[in-house]
Amino acid sequence: MAGIVSYGSYVPYRRLKRAAIAAVLGTPAGKGERAIASFDEDSVSMAVEAARDALKASPGDVQALIFATTTPPYAEKLSAAVIGAATQLPMEIRATDLTGSVRAGMSALLQGADAVSGGAKRALVAIGDSRLAAPEGKAEQTTGDGAVAFVIGSENVIAEIEATASLTREFLDSWRAQGEQFSHSWEERFTLTQAHSPLLGTVIKNVLEKAKVAPGDLAKVILDAPNARAADEIARALKIDPTKFSDSFALTIGQTGAAHAGLMLTAALPSAKPGDRILVATVADGADAILFRVTAANAGFKPVHSVGRMIESKGDVTYANYLKWREILPTEPPRRPDPDRPAGPPMMRSEKWKFGFIGSRCTNCGTPQLPPQLVCVKCHKRGFMEPYQFADRTAKIATYAIDRLAYSLNPPTVNVVIDFDGGGRFLCEMTDCEPDKVAIGDEVEMTFRRLFTADGVKNYFWKARPRR
Amino acid sequence: MASRGIKDRVAIIGMGCTKFGEHWDKGPEDLLVDAAYQAYESAGMQPEDVDAYWLGTMGSGVSGLTLSEPLKIQYKPVTRVENMCATGSEALRQACYAVASGAFDVAMAIGVEKLKDSGYSGLVMNGMPSDGTEGSMTAPASFSLLAPAYFKKYGLDPDKGKDVLTRIAWKNHKNGAKNPKAQFQKEVSLETIKNSPKIADPLGIMDCSGVSDGSAAAIVVRAEDAHKYCKNPIYMKALSFIAGPAEGPLSQDYDFTTFREVVATAKDAYAQAGITDPRKQISMAEVHDCFTPTELVLYEDLGFSPRGTAWQDVMDGFFDLEGTLPVNPDGGLKSFGHPIGASGLRMMYEMWLQMRGEAGPRQLKNPKVGLTHNLGGAPGRCVSFVSVVGSQLG
Repeated sequence: MAGIVSYGSYVPYRRLKRAAIAAVLGTPAGKGERAIASFDEDSVSMAVEAARDALKASPGDVQALIFATTTPPYAEKLSAAVIGAATQLPMEIRATDLTGSVRAGMSALLQGADAVSGGAKRALVAIGDSRLAAPEGKAEQTTGDGAVAFVIGSENVIAEIEATASLTREFLDSWRAQGEQFSHSWEERFTLTQAHSPLLGTVIKNVLEKAKVAPGDLAKVILDAPNARAADEIARALKIDPTKFSDSFALTIGQTGAAHAGLMLTAALPSAKPGDRILVATVADGADAILFRVTAANAGFKPVHSVGRMIESKGDVTYANYLKWREILPTEPPRRPDPDRPAGPPMMRSEKWKFGFIGSRCTNCGTPQLPPQLVCVKCHKRGFMEPYQFADRTAKIATYAIDRLAYSLNPPTVNVVIDFDGGGRFLCEMTDCEPDKVAIGDEVEMTFRRLFTADGVKNYFWKARPRR
Repeated sequence: MASRGIKDRVAIIGMGCTKFGEHWDKGPEDLLVDAAYQAYESAGMQPEDVDAYWLGTMGSGVSGLTLSEPLKIQYKPVTRVENMCATGSEALRQACYAVASGAFDVAMAIGVEKLKDSGYSGLVMNGMPSDGTEGSMTAPASFSLLAPAYFKKYGLDPDKGKDVLTRIAWKNHKNGAKNPKAQFQKEVSLETIKNSPKIADPLGIMDCSGVSDGSAAAIVVRAEDAHKYCKNPIYMKALSFIAGPAEGPLSQDYDFTTFREVVATAKDAYAQAGITDPRKQISMAEVHDCFTPTELVLYEDLGFSPRGTAWQDVMDGFFDLEGTLPVNPDGGLKSFGHPIGASGLRMMYEMWLQMRGEAGPRQLKNPKVGLTHNLGGAPGRCVSFVSVVGSQLG
């Protein structure tokens, strides 16, 4: 039976306090904070971070890749291809982007399971979202940014899929037309009482009936619905103990769109016991439910970064900076030329370097070096280079520069010269840091980011960040 | 295989230099014609007396036509050269070799840059189509990498380090105030420099060289012919140029407190010129002070100060106009300005004036041996040029 073999979760470093929004806009202050994708992140780069963790915990054998988001960086161009390149998946995979509704996340999990049932060894499901919300609106308070990834397979499964159920119904809830920046949503009472609650009730009943499991047998219920009251109604209607509902991260992260149900699931798994039944249900343009049964293998699985660690590792962003990062607040550009669009042929030539951060190592003298070299920087011999992976290696800062002149949505740009443990030096941007705290000797790790967008081309590459 | 040099085989017999600064009313062609005619007049020559030209510009034109067209050069060779911020020195080096080889009797090296037309802050270079992985560090940020590394290595706390950098800029402004061709002819207080707005911490705007328009030119002949044209020529003792392997950003053993390329060019140049103790034997130097930490590190790379002690020499005034070894008596890139292609020749222009006693209020007492140092690129990844010139043969 197909199920989850591995997973990774990603919550961006920055948090926006809801009180900070209120302080600027003069609106009532909400509680808690929400996660904010940095100026150099998007749904794809965050999904790459989650996918790296999932594959690091259990590498190999991926034959299908499904990316889900409601915020694809391109209207036309496969984002899954970027994720495949960044995680160094082989070319021989089937890859798909799913979008158009927050249910795309659950659809991706279901399609991943179908791919494995259909004969694929393993499927990588990567889900990321960074939704824009209009200032002063409710969504600005409730949404958050994040990503999650699962490796779906049939061997070494930690949570197997016992049953699934889906419903599709046309009704007006959330919508965003082509070219629109922000989503609209219909009035809440209508959607809660006429769509969300009945759909969730039905889909949960259906999935439990299929598996012949009673509501009281559930160890955990992960319910992702736009309105928190939906959970209360389901608990009452199906007589489920309300304490079995997982934390929805309302106060710490916010609702992370298509990634949210998956992110909640990765928070529930570490403490789950063998035999535990975990129900995941989401509602949007219909409803999906998956019933998982946790296996004995779960106890031996350790996520690279737990959701809890990702929540604790954080730094604030001001509301003004958030508005600038999202280009909701236009700013005067610096008196510097716009960055050049990266070019197709060189990007294709250097795919392994640009997306996979693969450098080279001289087999004559053993020196790792990046970017990949033709002639060794140390022994000066030609023809001894082999590929060498730097993405998962840690490094220390040798020196740094705080550039206040360079083009950036988040000045100043911090540049660091970093020395990798095991050899190799690189000069790159540092992100998710406080410029005045950067010091020689600090430990950093690599993260996949979007350096800039030029002529519509998203220029993805790697940066250093303080260890999380 | 050896770098033999052409000591005392070539002499400069005429030079010209425009004022550097914001020439809103002049294009590159105006600046080139002005510098070239100053050089012709200085050498007592007519345009037709020059046999070949080397034109240095980083981005104010392509090909020899950039020079031959405005000057209406009558069917003679013009070679356009480019080596980043060392472009002007490279033009001079090529002209000297051409004359030393016997291929031409009289050659002109001329450099120009028109930076103020771009509308941008700082220096802007046109990139090649790329894979988008190369960083977009600005020049001040690249050179600011030296500061924390140097301070840490030699135990300077950041405030003391900043005082050292500040004094370098202060000295160059003080010198430039005595130079009618400098972009900034004004002394600036230590306090103003130290508190200037940050560009790339710890560098403020006053730690940066002036973005500038300008042109400079030199006419060279074989040394034995020099006195035919000129009573007091200056003689080329050494010309060294190196493009490094760019290992700084690749190798953990590079520590950002030196330019290996400069150390190597200095060694080569001193061997060519027969200099064994530069701190004592060099009377004056024009060095590439693009940013204040660059000048600090150069003192050590050029052998003017032992490692880790240049900052003390700075604070002691060793490199002041009245000091033991005056550096950048004309104000340097900081105060004279930095029109890229012209800067290397502007450095040589100060050698020309000083050795001929024509430097006015900043005239040094009888300088015999001078050094120019010109650099392009960034710490760990650069090209470097060093020349040694003298007022006497031998």
